[in-house]
Amino acid sequence: MLPSFDLYQPQSLGDALQALAKSDEMQPLAGATNLVPDLRGKRETCRSFISLKALDDLRYINREGDRVTVGACTTISDILRDSAMQTDAPALYAAAEIFAGTMVRNAATIGGNICCGSPSADTVPALLTLGAEVTLSSASGERTVPLDEFYVDYKKSVKRADELLTSVSWSIPAVNSVNLFYKLARRKGDAITVTGVAVMIAAQDGVCCSARIALGSVGPTVFRARAAEDLLTGKALDEDLIEQAARTAADQCAPIDDIRASAGYRLQTAFSLTRRLLTQAWKQLA
Amino acid sequence: MSKEKSINVNVNGKAVELVVPAHRTLLEALRHESFVEIKCGCEKGDCGACAVLLDGEPVDSCLTLAWHVDGCEVTTIKGIGQPGKADPLQEAFIETGAAQCGYCTPGMIVAAKSLLTDNQNPSLAEIKRALGGNLCRCTGYTRIFEAVLLAARKMREEGEAA
Ligand SMILES: Cc1cc2nc3c(=O)[nH]c(=O)nc-3n(C[C@H](O)[C@H](O)[C@H](O)COP(=O)(O)OP(=O)(O)OC[C@H]3O[C@@H](n4cnc5c(N)ncnc54)[C@H](O)[C@@H]3O)c2cc1C
Ligand code: FES
Ligand code: FES
Repeated sequence: MLPSFDLYQPQSLGDALQALAKSDEMQPLAGATNLVPDLRGKRETCRSFISLKALDDLRYINREGDRVTVGACTTISDILRDSAMQTDAPALYAAAEIFAGTMVRNAATIGGNICCGSPSADTVPALLTLGAEVTLSSASGERTVPLDEFYVDYKKSVKRADELLTSVSWSIPAVNSVNLFYKLARRKGDAITVTGVAVMIAAQDGVCCSARIALGSVGPTVFRARAAEDLLTGKALDEDLIEQAARTAADQCAPIDDIRASAGYRLQTAFSLTRRLLTQAWKQLA
Repeated sequence: MSKEKSINVNVNGKAVELVVPAHRTLLEALRHESFVEIKCGCEKGDCGACAVLLDGEPVDSCLTLAWHVDGCEVTTIKGIGQPGKADPLQEAFIETGAAQCGYCTPGMIVAAKSLLTDNQNPSLAEIKRALGGNLCRCTGYTRIFEAVLLAARKMREEGEAA
C-alpha cells in the first residue's frame, strides 16, 4: 500500500497554478512513474499532490518555423509516435526509444523527466545538446530558462515551488549537424542509465562550427561539457582532437560508485562513449 | 486517511464502481474487486505482471492511481479472447509452450496485444522492444517471442481469409 495522501485534480492550468500559489506543500504529479515508486519506497515524504493528468492543454507537440515546442505532459510514447522527431530531435528520439519499457513510456511525461532532476533522466542530455529552453509558469506569470541553467545541484533546480514546468522547446538542428545519444545500461530495456552521452556537432568543410556535449549519470546533475565543446569549436575535426575533447569531457565528470557501476567505470565509459559519438558525428559529417 | 471518491470504470465491458482514496492504485482497487487475473509482482513498474490496457494502451496498473482512470476502459487478460474462442496470442502461447509458472503471462499478452493491434508484422527487435517492460523468470523469453511471431502470423492469415 502507498502511504495515504491528498490529490487535487484541477481541470485547467489556471486552477492548477492558483492552487500551487496558495499552498506551500503541494507538489505536482504527472505520470507518477517516479512518484509512486518513491512514495512506496518512503523516499518521497510529500503527502499533498496536484494532478496534471486532466491538463490536456499541456500535452502537445507544436512546430512553428524552425521551433519545436513540447508540452510538459507529453508522454515518452507521444514523442515516439511523432516520426518527424527523428529529424527534429534525433538524440531525443533515440533517448525515447531506449526509455524504460512500453508501459512506463505510456505514462511517463517529458516534464516529469526534466523535473525529477535525476542525473540519469534520459531526455535531459538530448535536450541539452538541442539547446532546449523550458517555460516555467506560475499564477504571477511565466519565464523561460535555458535548460542549461535549470539544474543547480542533485535533484535541485531553479524552479520555484509555485511554478509548473509547462513546456520545453528548441530549434530544429541545422542541416550540417549531427545529433546523437547513447545510453549505457545493464540491458537495452527497462534499465537505469550507467552513463549517458549526447552530442550535437555542426561542421562546415570539416571544421567544427558548433559543439554541444552533455553527460548523464556521471555527476550530481546532467551537465554540458563546456571545456570540451570549446576545444572542438573552430577547429578541423580529426582523431586527435576528438580524443582530447573526450578526455576533457571525462575530466569534468564527478561520478559516484553505486549498485549499477563503479565511479571508475563511469569515468572510463564517459570518455570512450564521448569519443565514440564524436567520431560517429565526424564521419557522418564528412 | 484521505477522503474517498467514486470512480467509474468499464472493465472488460462491465461497468464497475470503485470507491477508493487517492493513494489506491488501479492494481489494488481492481484486485480488491476480484479481478485477480491482474498479477501483482514488483509494485514499482519493473516487471509488467500488472499490465492492463487503459483505453487500449498498456500501462502498469501498480503505477496508475485509480482516481486517474475515472471514465476509462480497462481491459485485463480476461477481456482478451473469450472462453471457447481464444485470442490468437493465447493460442500461440499454448502452442509454443510460452508459459511455465504463468505469472508473467497476463502482462506479456496484454503488452503483446497492444503491439499486434498496431503492427501485424512485427520484427523480432520490435517484439523485444514492446515486451521490454515485462520480466519473465522462467522461460528465458525465446518461446514468448516465438509465440508473438506465431500469433502475428495467425492474425495475418485470419485477416487474409476474412
Ligand atoms: C520501471 C521504470 C523504468 C524507468 N526507466 C527510465 C528510463 O529508462 N529513463 C529515464 O529517464 N527515466 C526512467 N524512469 C523514471 C521515470 O519514468 C521518468 O523520470 C519519467 O519521465 C517521470 O515522469 P512522470 O510524468 O511519471 O513524473 P512524476 O512521477 O509524476 O513526477 C516526477 C517529479 O517531477 C515533478 N513534476 C512532474 N511534472 C512536472 C511539471 N510539469 N512541472 C513541475 N514539476 C513536475 C513531480 O512533482 C515529481 O517531483 C523509469 C521509471 C520506472 C518506474
Ligand atoms: S507489479 Fe506492476 S510492474 Fe511489477
Ligand atoms: S512463466 Fe514464470 S515468470 Fe514467466
